[in-house]
Amino acid sequence: MALLQEIDFGTPKHISSTLETTLVTLEIDGKAVTVPAGTSILRAAVEAGVQVPKLCATDSVEAFGSCRLCLVEIDGRRGTPASCTTPCAPGMKVKTQSPKLAKLRRGVMELYISDHPLDCLTCAANGNCELQDMAGVVGLREVRYGYEGENHLQAKKDESNPYFTFDASKCIVCSRCVRACEEVQGTFALTIEGRGFESKVSAGNKPFMESECVSCGACVQACPTATLMEKTVIEKGQGEHSVVTTCAYCGVGCSFKAEMQGSEVVRMLPYKDGKANHGHSCVKGRFAWGYATHKDRITKPMIREKITDPWREVSWEEAIAYTASEFKRIQAKYGRDSVGGITSSRCTNEESYLVQKLIRAAFGNNNTDTCARVCHSPTGYGLKTTLGTSAGTQDFDSVDEADVMIVIGANPTDAHPVFASQMKRRLREGAKLIVVDPRQIDLVKSAHVKADYHLPLLPGTNVAVINAIAHVIVTEGLVDEAFVAERCEKAAFELWRNFVAEARNSPEAMEPITGVPAADLRGAARLYATGGNAAIYYGLGVTEHSQGSTMVMGMANLAMATGNIGRRGVGVNPLRGQNNVQGACDMGSFPHEFTGYRHVSEDGPRHLFEQAWGVTLNPEPGLRIPNMLDAAVDGTFKGIYVQGEDIAQSDPNTKHVTAGLKAMECVVVQDLFLNETASYAHVFLPGASFLEKDGTFTNAERRISRVRKAMPPLGGLADWEATCALSNALGYPMHYNHPSEIMDEIARLTPTFTGVSYDRIDELGSIQWPCNEKAPEGTPTMHIGGFVRGKGKFMITEFVPTEERTSSKYPLLLTTGRILAQYNVGAQTARTANSSWHGEDVLEIHPFDAENRGLREGDLVALASRAGETTLHAHISERIQPGVVYTTFHHPLTGANVVTTEYSDWATSCPEYKVTAVEVRLAKKMSDWQKQYLELRQQTTQIGQGAGQPVETGVSR
Amino acid sequence: MKAELMVHNANQIAKYFASFPHEEAVAGVADHIQKFWEPRMRKQLHEYLGQGGSGLHELVFEAAKALH
Ligand code: SF4
Ligand code: SF4
Ligand code: SF4
Ligand code: FES
Repeated sequence: MALLQEIDFGTPKHISSTLETTLVTLEIDGKAVTVPAGTSILRAAVEAGVQVPKLCATDSVEAFGSCRLCLVEIDGRRGTPASCTTPCAPGMKVKTQSPKLAKLRRGVMELYISDHPLDCLTCAANGNCELQDMAGVVGLREVRYGYEGENHLQAKKDESNPYFTFDASKCIVCSRCVRACEEVQGTFALTIEGRGFESKVSAGNKPFMESECVSCGACVQACPTATLMEKTVIEKGQGEHSVVTTCAYCGVGCSFKAEMQGSEVVRMLPYKDGKANHGHSCVKGRFAWGYATHKDRITKPMIREKITDPWREVSWEEAIAYTASEFKRIQAKYGRDSVGGITSSRCTNEESYLVQKLIRAAFGNNNTDTCARVCHSPTGYGLKTTLGTSAGTQDFDSVDEADVMIVIGANPTDAHPVFASQMKRRLREGAKLIVVDPRQIDLVKSAHVKADYHLPLLPGTNVAVINAIAHVIVTEGLVDEAFVAERCEKAAFELWRNFVAEARNSPEAMEPITGVPAADLRGAARLYATGGNAAIYYGLGVTEHSQGSTMVMGMANLAMATGNIGRRGVGVNPLRGQNNVQGACDMGSFPHEFTGYRHVSEDGPRHLFEQAWGVTLNPEPGLRIPNMLDAAVDGTFKGIYVQGEDIAQSDPNTKHVTAGLKAMECVVVQDLFLNETASYAHVFLPGASFLEKDGTFTNAERRISRVRKAMPPLGGLADWEATCALSNALGYPMHYNHPSEIMDEIARLTPTFTGVSYDRIDELGSIQWPCNEKAPEGTPTMHIGGFVRGKGKFMITEFVPTEERTSSKYPLLLTTGRILAQYNVGAQTARTANSSWHGEDVLEIHPFDAENRGLREGDLVALASRAGETTLHAHISERIQPGVVYTTFHHPLTGANVVTTEYSDWATSCPEYKVTAVEVRLAKKMSDWQKQYLELRQQTTQIGQGAGQPVETGVSR
Repeated sequence: MKAELMVHNANQIAKYFASFPHEEAVAGVADHIQKFWEPRMRKQLHEYLGQGGSGLHELVFEAAKALH
C-alpha cells in the first residue's frame, strides 16, 4: 500500500449522544452539503470535497481560530469569518475562494514565512509540511519583510526527549500541540507562554524530559511544521509506503500505520480509523518499536544437550527434527501426558490456536496453558460463571456515556494509556470517579481530574470492600429490583442478598480489615448505585489475588444488582495487560477448554474438533502452568514448548519455576531474545516480532484487528510456520499457506467467530466477537436484553483472607504494578530508549516506614519475604500508605518474583502477586539470589562459535 | 505436587463454596475439582484421602465421593 494519507477534516466530528441528530443543509462554493448541526464550515467543506486553507485547525482538536487562514465569505454576513470556528447554519451560502480571501490569506502566509527559516529543502518535514503546503496553496510569491527585524530563527532546539525534537525556530505558535496535549492526551504538559511576538510553546519552562510530558507523541502528530518531529524521520527521511497494523504491547490494541522505507520502519503513526484508539497512542506503541531490530535478537535456531553447554546454532530442519525426536522419546519413556506447551498473549490468535492444536492433536494431551494464567484467568472464570462468557462487556467508546466510573486495581494512565486518555476526557466532561486501590494512582489526582472517592484498601481485602459496597446497596434499597427480577436467577439473587446484608459485611464491620473509612465507602456505594450509568474498570489488582475469581464475581454481582449492564456506558470491563490476552484465552489455550470457552469434557464440541482434526481428543482437563512445574519436580512432566513467554521471569516463585524447568529433559523456547526461560532451554527457536508476520490480535474489548507483515521474519520463519513445522515433524500434518486459513478454521469451529474472516476484517476495519449470523458486524456491547448464560447468576462472595499475613518478621505488605514506559518483563521496552524513563525497578515506601528503618531516598534496600530476597533502590513516596510497599517487575535482575509466594487464586491458580508479607532493610550488596542469577545467566547464554549455518526457510510447507 | 500445597488448594476451593447451602457446596467443590484438576492431581487427592486426608476441609471429603 502506498503512503497512507488520511483526510484531515479540520475540526473533530461531533457525535451527539442523543439518537436524533439535527441535520443542517448549506451551500459551499455552490455545492449542497448536509451535516449534523454544530459542524464547522471547515469540516463541512472538506466533507463536500472542498479544501479550505488552514493551519491552526486539525481534526484531532477543537478549533482555536488563530491563524486566520481559513477565512470564508458568507452571503448576508459581514466580514470574513474563520470557517474552523463558525458552525454551519441552515441555508448558509459560503464562498471559500475570492480575490479578497486570496489576498488576505497571502498576507497571513507572508507574515508567517517572514519569521520562518527557509531551509525547506533540507528540512525533515519537506514534502510533509502544512506550512509549505499552504504557502503553495495561497500562491505566496514574495515576502516583503526580511529577516533583519526581530525573529525567532536562533531559538534553541530541545532534543532531550529520546524520540522527538522541539525546534523552536520553526514554530508558528498555532497551539495545535498544546491542544493535543490537553484534549487528546489529557496531560496538560504544554502551554503557550507570553504574548504577541514573545509567545512560545513551553513545557513548563523545562526541557521536555524534565516536564510533565509522558511522550505520547500526540503533539508531534498534531504539529503542522517540523518543530516537533520524530528523530527517526530526521535521521532517515519519510516513509514511502504504509502498513496498517496493531500494537503489540498492551490490551488497548491501538491501530497504527507503520510508515516504511522498504522493509525498514521509519515511524509508527496511530491510525485515525482505529476503533480502539481513534488516532492516539502512547510512548510504547508509537516509539518503542526499535527492539524489533535490536542486535540481541536471536535469528538462528539453536540447540544444546545440557543447559550448561554453550548454544550451538543449527538449521531450522535440524532444530525441528531434534525437538520432535526429543518429544517423541520423552513420550515413549514417560507417557503421553509427560509433555505440554504454553501459548503466548504476545503472539497472534492464529499462533495460539496452532500451539494448542499441536498439543491436543499432536502431543495427544490437554497440557496447554497460557500466560493469562498469571494475569486474567480469574476474569474468565468469574465472568463466565455469573454472566456466561469470559470477556469484558463493553467497547472502549462506551466510556463516553458513563456517568460514574469505578477503577479497581488498575492503573490505566500507566498500563492502558490510550484508554486512560479517553477516560480522562469523559471525566473532564463531568463524569464521577471512584478509585479502589492501595496506592494513590495518577487518576486519583492529576491535571483536571480528581477522584470523587479514593478507597485506599489494604492489599488483599478487595472482596471485603466489594461485599461492603454490596451491603450498602442492598440495605439502603438501591437494588434495581426490576432489572434483577427480569434478568437474573431469583434463588441465587436471594441467597446473595441475604448474604451481603449480614451485618458482618457492613462497611463499619469491614473497616478494621480493609482500612477503608466506612463513610467513604458508603458514599462511593451510593454514587455507584445512583449516579446514572456506572461502569467498572479493573485490572490485575483484582485478579492477582487468592480471591481473584471471587472478586470478579463480586463486581459482576454489583453490576447486575444495580442494572448497570447490557447497554452503553455501563458494564464490567477487564483492562487486559498484554495485547492479546483476550485472544489467547479465546483460542482455547487453557487446559480445560477449546476455542470459545467450551469445556473439553463436553461431547458436542469435542466431537466437532475430533472430526475436524482427525484425532481422538482427551476429555480430561490438562495441567496448568504451576501444575506442569509441580509435575516436573515430581518427575512425571519432562518436556515443554514455550512460545513467546518467559515463565522464569513472569511466573510467581521463581525458585519453584526454575526447579521445575531444571527437572525437564527438553525445554523449547521460541522467542525474540534469549529470555530468562531460555537459560533453562535445550532448544531455542527464533521468534518473529509483530512486524514480521500476518495474523490478528484481540484487544480488551473483544476487538479482532489485523496484524500485517511489514518486513520478512528475521529468523526466516514466522512463529506459526515454526509450529507447523514441528507438528509435521511429529507426524501430525499441519499445512496452511497463510494465517487467514487458520482463521477460517477457527471460524468453522467456534460459534462466536463464524462471521470472522480476513476479508470481513478488511471490510469492517476490525470486528468485536461474537460475530455470527445473529451479529454479522460483531458485538460492541454484550448481554443486551439477556445474558449469554440466559439469566444472570449472583454468586456468594465470602471474604476469605489470604494466608499470606504480615508478622513481626515480615511486617509490611508488598504489592506490584506497572509503569508507563515499560512493558511486562521488559524484554522489548528495555531494549529501547524507553529505559530513559525507568532504568530500574524501585521500591516505593512511605516516609513513616522509611524513617522507622533509617532509609533515605535512593538507598539500596533488601526486600525479603519467606520465599526469597532481592535488592533494589528505595523511593520514598506518600502515594503508598504506611504498612504497604510497592514495586514494578520490569527488570529481570530485580527478580520481584523471587519474593512473591506460591499462593494463588482458589479457582484458577492465578498467582497472588499483589500481596506478599515482606520486610525491608538497608542493604550493602546484592542478594545471594541476584548474584547466582548473574552467574547462571552468564553461564547459560553462551552461544558457541563457528557452528552457525545459514537460515533455511519454508520448512513448514 | 507437595501434599501440603494440594491440601491448601483443595481447602481454598472448599472455603469458597462453604458459604453456599450444603448440597450446593458439596456439588460445587466436586464439580470444580472434576473440571479443573488434571487426573494426576485427582489421583493424588484420592490417595491422600485414602491415607486419612489429614488437614482437608470437611467439604473436600464429601465432594471426593462424587469424583472419579
Ligand atoms: S508528547 Fe504527549 S504528553 Fe508530551 S507534550 Fe506531547 S502531547 Fe503532551
Ligand atoms: S510546536 Fe508545532 S503545533 Fe506547537 S505551536 Fe509550534 S508549530 Fe504549532
Ligand atoms: S501500548 Fe497500548 S496504549 Fe500504547 S500504543 Fe500500544 S496498544 Fe496503544
Ligand atoms: S484554521 Fe481556522 S483560524 Fe486557523
